[in-house]
Parts: sequence; structure tokens; C-alpha cells
Amino acid sequence: MVQISVMVDGVRHEDDVEPRLLLVHYLRDRLGKTGTPIGCDTSNCGACTVLLDGASVKSCSVLAAQADGTAVTTIQGLSNDGQWHPVQQAFHECHALQCGYCTPGMILASVDLLSRNPDPSDEQIREGLEGNLCRCTGYQNIVEAVRTAGTAMRAGSNGETAATTGVPEGVSA
Amino acid sequence: MTEVADRPAAAVGQPMLRKEDARLVTGETTWTDNIQLPGMLYCAILRSPIAHARITRVDVSAAKERPGVVAAFSGADLADSWSTLPTAWTVSADMKSPPHLPLATDKARYVGDGVALVVATDRYAAADALDAIEVDYDPLPAVVDMTAAQQDASALVHDDVPNNRCFTYREDWGDHEATKQGDVLTISRRFINQRLIPNAIEPRSVVATAIPATGEVTVWSATQVPHFVRIFLSLNTGWPEQKIRVIAPDVGGGFGSKLDVYAEDVIIPVLAHKLGRPVKWTESRSEGYLATIHGRDLIQDVEMTVTRDGVVKGLKVDLTVDMGAYLQLLTPCIPLLGRYMYPGIYKFEAHTLTCQGIFTNKTPTDAYRGAGRPEATFVIERIMDDAAVELGMDPIEFRRRNWITKSEFPYTTIAGLEYDSGDYEAATERALALLEYDKLRTEQAERRQRGDTVQIGIGTSTYTEMCGLAPSRWLGETGYVAGGWEAASVRVLPTGRAEVVVGTSPHGQSHATTFAQLASDELGIPFDDIDVFYGDTGSAPIGLDTYGSRSLAVCGVAIQKAAQRVVEKARQVAAHLLEADAGDVEFESGAFRVRGAPESQKSIQELAFAAFSAHSMPEGVEPVLSADAVHDPDVFSIPHGTHLCAAEVDTETGAVKLRSYVAVDDVGVVVNPVIVDGQVHGGVAQGVAQALYEEAVYDDDGNLVSGTMADYLVPAAPDLPPWTLDRTVTPSTTNSLGVKGVGETGTIASTPAVVNAVIDAVRHLGVTDIRMPCSPERVWRAIKDARGATPGGAA
Repeated sequence: MVQISVMVDGVRHEDDVEPRLLLVHYLRDRLGKTGTPIGCDTSNCGACTVLLDGASVKSCSVLAAQADGTAVTTIQGLSNDGQWHPVQQAFHECHALQCGYCTPGMILASVDLLSRNPDPSDEQIREGLEGNLCRCTGYQNIVEAVRTAGTAMRAGSNGETAATTGVPEGVSA
Repeated sequence: MTEVADRPAAAVGQPMLRKEDARLVTGETTWTDNIQLPGMLYCAILRSPIAHARITRVDVSAAKERPGVVAAFSGADLADSWSTLPTAWTVSADMKSPPHLPLATDKARYVGDGVALVVATDRYAAADALDAIEVDYDPLPAVVDMTAAQQDASALVHDDVPNNRCFTYREDWGDHEATKQGDVLTISRRFINQRLIPNAIEPRSVVATAIPATGEVTVWSATQVPHFVRIFLSLNTGWPEQKIRVIAPDVGGGFGSKLDVYAEDVIIPVLAHKLGRPVKWTESRSEGYLATIHGRDLIQDVEMTVTRDGVVKGLKVDLTVDMGAYLQLLTPCIPLLGRYMYPGIYKFEAHTLTCQGIFTNKTPTDAYRGAGRPEATFVIERIMDDAAVELGMDPIEFRRRNWITKSEFPYTTIAGLEYDSGDYEAATERALALLEYDKLRTEQAERRQRGDTVQIGIGTSTYTEMCGLAPSRWLGETGYVAGGWEAASVRVLPTGRAEVVVGTSPHGQSHATTFAQLASDELGIPFDDIDVFYGDTGSAPIGLDTYGSRSLAVCGVAIQKAAQRVVEKARQVAAHLLEADAGDVEFESGAFRVRGAPESQKSIQELAFAAFSAHSMPEGVEPVLSADAVHDPDVFSIPHGTHLCAAEVDTETGAVKLRSYVAVDDVGVVVNPVIVDGQVHGGVAQGVAQALYEEAVYDDDGNLVSGTMADYLVPAAPDLPPWTLDRTVTPSTTNSLGVKGVGETGTIASTPAVVNAVIDAVRHLGVTDIRMPCSPERVWRAIKDARGATPGGAA
């Protein structure tokens, strides 16, 4: 067993975990953070994407033990006092989700993308989300949502957003 | 009355934001795998690593000793707990439906066939303990190729199914051979509609809990068909149906792959019942690639006759279809669901369709988005393009000469299907304008003349399809066990809000929003005050679930009927309270007014409370403002459209890039344009994926080579272009909403449009066909083969 201390969505958790326990299983099965879903076993789909110290990672590809000492933001910690993050809002307004299973990962990958490139071109958005698969939307409205969120964040809400998500400024890929 | 006044004149047609999204964008979801129950156990299933083998010994005793393991069973241990899994469609008198037990006992018939299982206290312990199960397999020759499977020398997947032939089917409309007489061109093609893996992003999962004392069983399943699961679980186990409750909670995509009653839908409830504890099973993606159905997988031999001046005469289609190792719920009927669609939108004199289903040692096939109709559309739209070339005609002009014109509706096709309405001319004109067709043809000619490395091609697909599955009478005539009606209940609650309970449940289609829009207009109650409930046989007990673009065309009409009954009941109550004759009470936008006395009125919300309190009800009218309805369609609904694709092909590398894609669809009346567009986006993406990227590949021993998501190319955002969409609106005349269905149109239309474009780009180099997916290697080889040498120096 490995002892870990990890901040998840603003709450500190101290736990003993098996060395092989994946972060996504720790979140889902131990902490009940089921907002982060699992879509594959080869780290292709990106459904389980979370922010680890502000940078997006596929939580199926990180051991819980590796998350020791970090701050994890899941989709359930992205809102601020019930106020949706601009990316969540844009996904809703642009109909960028249908079944919604890929959505947590897609939103968190988009948050990371916009933190690194606040004004991406459509092509940059598509390339930036290459690691997240959606089977429902054909991606068009996802691209639009990220563009819309970027515009909204640039228009003034990005300072608040960075504080909410723990995204440090200047994080690069 | 304020609420009513604030309500938009009509919710139908508005781009209302989805009610579904709030939970989905915040992660407050109930996917089946999220469900945690006290004392819950985890099941892991040991699957055969060999495609075809006799099982000579299964020993689970060592697994039982592993840490955390509560139980372990072989197929034989549980054989008395269940019976064969269901197949709901008998497509022919000669159809063979061999036994299909949830866990195999005698033979393993595909890689992935379940042979034993363990139940443990957590998912890691369960997975670990699988290693301790000992199975002796006596390997048999694997039946992999569906043509070789029919040879007398072939091994048999099922010992009592000669030549591995599941069924044969033939239907003749007119005399195809007679159309060859005279000066006609006969065009023959063999198309391969490759095997696909559906890849709903949520893997399948089942959770069950039982109360042994009472026999009650509750099952959560990531399924499109909770009502089917309930009925068939009862039939399979002998448990009383009324003791079983099946819940499809949030379901993360389906595309047909969750339109099934799977082994695990029986195994997990049986374990919960046997062990007296809740049990969960969730497939890993790689496990799902084996254990969840595949789609398509047909050889399509086609012969079309056409006059020299471009009039189609006859169409003969011979299908050979890979069933896989067993028949799942709808396996044999999938190719035949498209049986009426092969003639497409064209006027043939004769049509013959034959189909044979073949067993192989592979994962069973079943419904995948479009289910038989994409396969049919691929054939007709591919060969229409090829025939146009052979005639030296523009593919659009050739289609124009042969399609059903606007003035000819309603039109009964050669295959006997009535198309109620359509406007192929308008959709095509719009699509041509959006694509800038003439300009692209000019550019194409210039590039050809220059001998550019990158060539462009234009592909056409003027598709149609049948939606709104299905008239019960037709289902009965074709050998299906159940009906195709759908049910809805509408209740206006004492507080003035309304709930709509329906028998179809979504996995991304936006039922909660679309149905609330419908009900809002019918009831005059604000959209925000209406919620829709589904997916639980406890609260929505009557229904036939979601598939075949049926939810709006069938269930939508049931909602409308139920809501109209509510309004009629409310009118009676209003007349009573306003002391007027019901015939003098008018209803508009949620208000009942006495004709000629507009100040004398009651809102539907007031009447709901009056009917709830029931202090003063009219004679013969029962309390509570609610009504039920069941709608059984008389006929199918028939959407159509024109999809055009412009593809760039690098003749040196074989790489294909879609430059533009235009979809002009006619899905009848549109309830929510944003949701409809979303369905088209995703549908087109899936069809493009078949054309360019995806294929389930088996080796000669029956191993799934494309066995993980790393080996199977589900397209990501950079792999797909933006889509250009538009619509024409020709209301359906066969249902009271005028709707047609949109869930599958994009997938049905897009595959041939893309392949036609790719071939059009390199046809001048001598290429006449490229097998799907049109990967760079296949395109490059096609060019190379056509030229008889390495093209452009690339090697």
C-alpha cells in the first residue's frame, strides 16, 4: 500500500492505495467521483480526462500514487458556486454534447487547450482535442463551443476561471 | 396566466437548449457503472481466446481461493439457471437459430465467447482471479471467411447447421432477367460492406440486485431496450415478469450496439439472485470489441440494367451476410431491414433481392446505425455513379432521369414501399449550389489536365430511408415477435406542471427536450414546466424502446394523442366550471374560453388543480388531469436528401482529405433544428468513418486483429471536416406531426457520397472501385494497380 495525499476538487484526501490503482478508479470507486467516466483501456478516448495541477491528463494513464501531492480537478469541481465554467456553458449553448459520455473529458481538455492558447483557430481546436473521441456530434459543435468559450473567457471572465480551475498561467504543453 | 402569456407561440421549431445538459456538463450523471450499492460485488468474465474449440474441462476451484473472490462458476455450473438468449426475428422458414447460452458449455465459437466467471469484492480482485481458472480447449478449424464457410469441406460453427448457412431469402418484384433484353447496358459490381465496431463511448455495463425472499430483481443496464430486457429476462430465467424492473439510466451512446439482450443482461441478474448481493459487470473497451455486437459485414453482388439513354430498368442484388457465431436479438433481419431500400429513389421495372446469412467463428453482427439501410444505400448510390460514368453522363443528370419526381408522390416503389412525399429536385438543387458543384467540376478538369498530384473528386448520394419502426402488422408479416407501437402518458400535476412518461429512452437523442417541446405546444404549458421520464420499466412500464429512428415519428405521435386527450378532458372540466357547453369552450395557448365570452376562462393549470381536488367534476368525468395513448403507425416515414462530398486525393500517397461536405436533408417537420443538425453531424461522421477509417479485421485463425481502440480508427476531430447543412421541409403525410426521423439519415447517406468522391478523383487514372475503408494504402494500391506501375514515383 502507498499512502497518498491528494486534493480533489478542493477537498484533501489522505488514503492508502494499492500501487497499481489507477487514478480514475481511485476517483470513481474510492471517492465516488463518478463524474469522470471510463471509455477505453488504451488511453485513446480521453473520456476520463481530468486536470492534474492544471494540466489535462487521462486519469486512466496515471496511477493514484502518482497523484500524491497534486491537485486534481474533475468535471465535478469545475463549476464555481454553481456558476458553470465558460466551457461548460458553451458546450450547453452550442449543443456540443449528445449522449454526454465524452463530455467531462472533452470539457477539461478544452479548458486546458484554452489555457495554453486563448484564441485558437478551428484547426488548432481540432488538433488540440485529438486525444478525445466523441461518437455522437461529429465534432462540429464541439469546435464551435470551444471557440465560443474562448471568446467569452477573453472577454473578461478568464481571471476568475483560472482561479476556479487551478490552471496556472503560462502552462505549456 | 402570466406563464401562458410569456410562452412562445410555438415551441416546436425552436432551437430550445437541452434539458439534458445540466447534469451532463457537470458530471452529475448516472451511468450504469456509476451505480454503487451496499455490499456490491464485481463480476469478471473469462472469454475464449480461441475462435473455435471444444471445451473439454473448466476448473474454477483455484479461482475461488483467490483473495476477495466470493464465487466462481463455469458455464456448466450455471446451465440450469438460464436458457438460450433470444432472437426476435424469424426471417425465413429455413432459418436456423442454434442455442446460444450466456456462457458456453460445449464449444467456444468465437474469440470472446464467455466460458466462466468470477465474482469478487472489487474489480481488480475479479480480474486477477480470472487467471486462476483452468480451461482445456480442443481447438477446431476456425470458420472465418463467409464464402469458404459454405463449402462442404468447411468446419461447422454449429454441428447441425450444414454449410454454415443460417438462412436463405429471395424476393422478386417483376422479372429482372427480362430487363436485359434489347439494347441495354448491364453493369455488375461486387461491393464489400466491411465489418464495423459500433464504439458507443460508454462501454456496456450491467448492475443487478435481488430480494431472494420476494423474487424481486432490479437491473440497471446500459441498454437502448429496457423493456425488451425485462421481457426476455423473464422468458430466459422463468422469473415472473412483474417481479423484474429494468432501468436504463444515463446511456452513453448506442448506435444499435445496445439494442440487444446480451449474455450479461442475464448473467448479472442471475448472479445477484443466486448470491443475494448486488453484482456489477462493466466491460473494458477491448472486452467490448469482442463481446458487443459488430455491424455490417456483407458481400454485395449487384447487377443493374440501364438503357443506353440512361433509364434504369432492373436491379438484382445478391447478399451474403456474416452472422458471426450466434444470432443475437436481430442479427438475421438486419440485412433485410434494407430489403426495400435497394432501389433507392429510382423507378425500376424489376428488382430481385437474395440474401443468405452465414455463420462464422466471429463476434455476432447485429444492428449498427442504419441497420440494413446504409448497406442498401451504399449499393444503389455507388452503382448509380458507376453507371453514369459508363453512360458518359453526369451523375446528377443520370439520377434526375430516374428519380421519382415531386409530382409523382405518393409513389409505390418496385419493392412495394410507399413513399408518401419528397422533393428530390429541391434538395439536390440546394446541395449543388452549396457545394458550388459546377465550379468544382471545372477545377477537377483543370487538375486532371495539369496532372496535379492532388486530384479532386465529387461524390453524390441522393438517399432515402424508411424510419419510424414500425407498423405492427408489417412486423408480424415479416416474422418479428413483437409490435412497433409506442406509448406515452401525459399528466398535468396539481401544481400546474406537467410530466410526460414515454416508452422510448434516449442515449443522446434529446428526448427530454424534443418531447417537452411537443407537449408544450399541445398543452399550452411552458416548456420549462414540463419534464419527460423514461428508461425505467417501473415508472414507464409500457414501451418498445429506441431504434430505427422511431422515437419522434412513433412516440411523438403517442405524446400528441395523449396530450390532446388531456386537453379534451380539461375542456369538459372547464365547461362544467364555467357552466357552458363543452362545444362552446375554445382552447388556445393553455386557456379555455367560452366562445363569445372571453372573460369567462380557466387556465389548464387551474383545471389541473380542479381535476385533482375533484370537488366538482362533471358527470362521468374521472378525477386527475392525465391521459395515456399508444400509437401504432400504419406505414413508415420516408426522409430523403442529397449529400455531396468533395474529396482531395493525393495520388502519390493515397491520402484522402475531405474538402467539403454538403448535406441537404428532408426530415419533414423539424421540432428542434439544433438537435436535428446535431443528429446529422454525428450520423455523417459515422458514415464517413466507414468510408475512410474503420474496419474490424480478423486473421485466418479468427483473432480480432483490430482488437483495441488503438487498432481501430474511430475518427477524432482532426480527421473530419466541418459539415455544411441545409434542409428542405416536405411534411410527412403519414403522421399527424409531419415528422420523418433523423437519427440514421447521416450514416445512411454519407458512406457512398464519400467513396464516390474518392473514386471520382482517381477514376481518370483507371480506378473503378476501392474497398472500404479507403485508407491511404488502399487508395495508393488502387492507383498503382490501375496504372500497372508505381504511381508518381512513390513506393
